Amino acid sequence: MASNYSNMTFHGYRRENGRVGVRNHVVILPVDDISNAACEAVANNVKGTLAIPHAYGRLQFGEDLEVHFRTIIGTGANPNVAAVVVIGIEPGWTRKIADGIRKTGKPVAEFSIEQKGDFETIRAAGWAAKEFVHHASELQREECSISELWVSTKCGESDTTTGLSSCPTVGNMYDKLLPEGITGFFGETSEITGAEHICQKRAINEEVGERWHKMWKAYQDDVIFAHQTDDLSDSQPTKGNIEGGLTTIEEKALGNLEKIGRTSRFIDILDPAEMPDSGNGLYFMDSSSAAAECVTLMAAGGAVIHTFPTGQGNVVGNPIVPVIKISGNPRTLRTMSEHIDVDVTGVLTREMTIDEAGDALIDMIRRTSNGRVTAAEALGHREFSMTKLYRSA
Amino acid sequence: MTTPHLLVHDHTDNVGVVVVEGLTSGTKMLCVVTHDNSSFSLTAGADVPIGHKIALSDIKSGDTAIKYGEDIGKFIADVAKGAHVHTHNLKTKRW
Repeated sequence: MASNYSNMTFHGYRRENGRVGVRNHVVILPVDDISNAACEAVANNVKGTLAIPHAYGRLQFGEDLEVHFRTIIGTGANPNVAAVVVIGIEPGWTRKIADGIRKTGKPVAEFSIEQKGDFETIRAAGWAAKEFVHHASELQREECSISELWVSTKCGESDTTTGLSSCPTVGNMYDKLLPEGITGFFGETSEITGAEHICQKRAINEEVGERWHKMWKAYQDDVIFAHQTDDLSDSQPTKGNIEGGLTTIEEKALGNLEKIGRTSRFIDILDPAEMPDSGNGLYFMDSSSAAAECVTLMAAGGAVIHTFPTGQGNVVGNPIVPVIKISGNPRTLRTMSEHIDVDVTGVLTREMTIDEAGDALIDMIRRTSNGRVTAAEALGHREFSMTKLYRSA
Repeated sequence: MTTPHLLVHDHTDNVGVVVVEGLTSGTKMLCVVTHDNSSFSLTAGADVPIGHKIALSDIKSGDTAIKYGEDIGKFIADVAKGAHVHTHNLKTKRW
């Protein structure tokens, strides 16, 4: 059935593998923490590039190492990235990361520091980075169907207003755009606690629902209950949540789940930073509820736009994915409006319906996809946080 | 429509959310149920900050708190209709 959004288009960058990006970054990507300095030096020398420093990448092993590789490769592979210079301390893992990104067909150059040092690495990587900037700056946006957009969501510094206004705004957007063929992501495994029986029923079928429940239960048993030292009353809900009026995890979870609307169903579940391969639709990604970690994982999974409801005013951004902030809390709009892209305070005053709020968010998604800079981008928020499963060797 | 002071998700809920700043004790609140836009009035029994909850009826310790039409935890104290509901009188059943 045709809707208001059946013919919606945006102007994006079509990449070599057919995926569409809404930004055109040339990224200088460290494999490991000790290559951050070289990456930042290259980004300083060659204008129009972006270094993405991070904290890990040495002595990791097993599933923790797999998450690290998926996150770094997925970040480079994201369609918001035009080309990538990869720098690592040694050539082995550097090659692994570079080859992982090369599968997209985009330009990738790799450099390792041992037996050369930072100076020589920075010189050589700088030449590659400069060529990539010339290449990226000549790429043109083209008209793309809404169905080619991958949109993730995760809320932060939630309060009772997020469950009343900004989260159902995202839910309304998904209810309208998923039928048009977009790919969506939601997650925050521990934060579904209290609404897990409802979430499980939102799976496309019983088999997916059962796999979802098994994943949720594993997070509870292996992460939460295995490491808890108190009743989690200062962690989930957070201090900010409690200040905002949220009292229990159940209450927080029910508000959180408003982000998938009334009719949307999730078609599969993803490991942290895993790219979807079950076609268009909504996916649940097993992920932490910490804002920067979760947005980083979803960006690595391939999302090109992130929608972020906030109540008390989380200020998070991401280096490669524009993060659109939505808030309905009038105090937050009064005290820190520079962080908010979509104001839905009208939902609380009953001057705006959820349907109208959803339309406003979709309009902001279209404008952001066409190139509008988000509040988080304008303010320089580039939080990139690796998910660490356990201690390194 | 006049701006409401308190929003309630569902008719079965026994708590509502303050959506205005600076609500003072004794205020006769306009309360709206978002599910169907029906309204009722209730007097605030305390100064309650924006975003915080108010009890819609007299509640006994041990009762279940209902919001979104769902269980959000158990009351650990008696709560009077119109009183502030938060961590001092409501606790999770999960941890």
